[in-house]
Amino acid sequence: MLKLTAGDRALLAVIYALLAALGFAAFYPFWNAAVISFNEGIDTVKGGVTFWPREFTLANYRIVFEDARLVNAFLISILRTAVGTFCGMLATAIFAYGMTRRELIGRKYYMVFCIVTMYFSGGLIPSFLLIRELGMFNSFWVMVVPGLISVWDMIIFRTFFLGLPPGLEESAKVDGSSNWGVLFRIVLPLSGPVIATLSLFTAVYHWNDWFTPSIYISNADLLPIQTKLQQILNSNIMSEQMSQLNSAAQGRLNKMRTVTTKSLSMATMMVATLPILCVYPFVQKYFVKGVLVGSLKE
Amino acid sequence: MALTDIRKARQDGELKPSGPTRFLRQWDIQLMVLPGLIFLLVFSYIPMYGVLMAFQDYSLFKGFFGSPWVGFKHFEMFFGAPEFWTVIRNTVVISMLKLLIGFPAPILLALMLNEIRGRVFKRTIQTISYLPHFLSWVIVSGLVASLLSTENGSLNMLLQRLDLIGEPINFLSLPEYFWSILVVTDVWKEIGFSSIVYLAAIAGVDPHLHEAAAVDGASRLRQMFSITLPAILPVIVVFLILAIGNLLNAGFENILLLASNPVLRDVSDVLDTYVYRIGIQNSRYSYATAAGLFKALISVGLLVAANQLARRSGNSLW
Repeated sequence: MLKLTAGDRALLAVIYALLAALGFAAFYPFWNAAVISFNEGIDTVKGGVTFWPREFTLANYRIVFEDARLVNAFLISILRTAVGTFCGMLATAIFAYGMTRRELIGRKYYMVFCIVTMYFSGGLIPSFLLIRELGMFNSFWVMVVPGLISVWDMIIFRTFFLGLPPGLEESAKVDGSSNWGVLFRIVLPLSGPVIATLSLFTAVYHWNDWFTPSIYISNADLLPIQTKLQQILNSNIMSEQMSQLNSAAQGRLNKMRTVTTKSLSMATMMVATLPILCVYPFVQKYFVKGVLVGSLKE
Repeated sequence: MALTDIRKARQDGELKPSGPTRFLRQWDIQLMVLPGLIFLLVFSYIPMYGVLMAFQDYSLFKGFFGSPWVGFKHFEMFFGAPEFWTVIRNTVVISMLKLLIGFPAPILLALMLNEIRGRVFKRTIQTISYLPHFLSWVIVSGLVASLLSTENGSLNMLLQRLDLIGEPINFLSLPEYFWSILVVTDVWKEIGFSSIVYLAAIAGVDPHLHEAAAVDGASRLRQMFSITLPAILPVIVVFLILAIGNLLNAGFENILLLASNPVLRDVSDVLDTYVYRIGIQNSRYSYATAAGLFKALISVGLLVAANQLARRSGNSLW
């Protein structure tokens, strides 16, 4: 490697400084919110809580976890993410495998049929009215079914399947496996990486999606945590919520009187983000791969 | 003709099985794709056809097939509406700001990350900067509200500490700050994640080019802009075309969540939020569909135009 000139060194110093600033800016908002969620609400209002809690407390979290409706919303989110990701991956993988078979009659037309949907859509209102006509308002399944098959994911699956050695399938066929048998016993077990990548993105979508339930679901017991959180943040329902808490929590609240709307929303936000933070470090290598697979297709 | 006869005839090379027979014989593979196709028919094609309700006076009671056709009435109403130009202005301004700032930002980040030799530092910055992409817009809007709050909002505290302001500013209720907040949050959320593709493209650049340039006395800065950047230009152009196709999206969720304060409507109303407000909240379905269709047509036009431009200048660029 050639020696760095003074100019190069100055450039590097600027780059290090800029990147460090960016890293700080990316991390601080989240860190600060976490700190506020662990700080006494009343104390936070006085200002000056930045990098570390001043009056450490778990009271905010205790109230969040004692609120049956928030816990319920959290469970709905978990259920939706699990069911939506599993069913979506299964449906998309089966579809994609069928589309890899060269003898499939109509394959070309089917492909065009799929690709058209990537460029054109009916938009918000016609889809909204369709869901209404299908009677899916206020149903858990409205969060799962309309997103079941993604053409994008289908194409990524298909590309991956086509890259598998063809000899494997043929030998399984000779041994008497049906097409479905080949898919479930040979192809899918070999597709670990692509399943992991696509599952990750699908799961993140399901966990984070607040908009679908917000327009299709009015039954508060069916709302996932993100939509619930949006309502809380949006209209300061929190103050109302505090008065509606069950009596045990209400008693505790009166005794403590240290939580505020803000400290409670921050704690709820942390709870709603926790699952993502937990899986994030483990799946980093997968999503980098996934983005590249996706962009190659583009 | 019995199946065995067909098989025999086929072996003799006399007869290819007819279409329907072949179709039935591969029912198991067809069964894999037909449910998916039916799914797309229902959830993609029916709404596409449903767009025609923009030319109707759609009513829930009469349904799609019973509602009267009214031609371009809703389009004329939309173009004549007092808020039309506000909505168009906001959409264009916000989209352009995002394109001008949000598009180059990840490229710059990738160029800078590429200069870093310390692996730990590089990985740390990458890990941190990818994270916001995985947070929902609800969480992001909550973080923004908290940072900008007048009670223990970090930005207000910092500005006060620096004696730049006396009293805390309620940023989220003042229209003049709204566009900046939108662009900053958008860049904040996506800059790291969008840089991944550019980093991968940079990794594919032939290192000999850099060595040759260094021998010729080019500084690192010069190499960044004269070697790395031109080398990844094809990737940049592809993503630029896609970004232009998405231009009018302007960040629906972001705006919807941050602009809950009606004071901001003059600067926050864009085509998507307008369609949402008029269609879903006010139930004026045909009118909202017309506005949405107008946006879709312009988007397709932009995409085609961008693609044409890229193709025309294609040879001179690379």
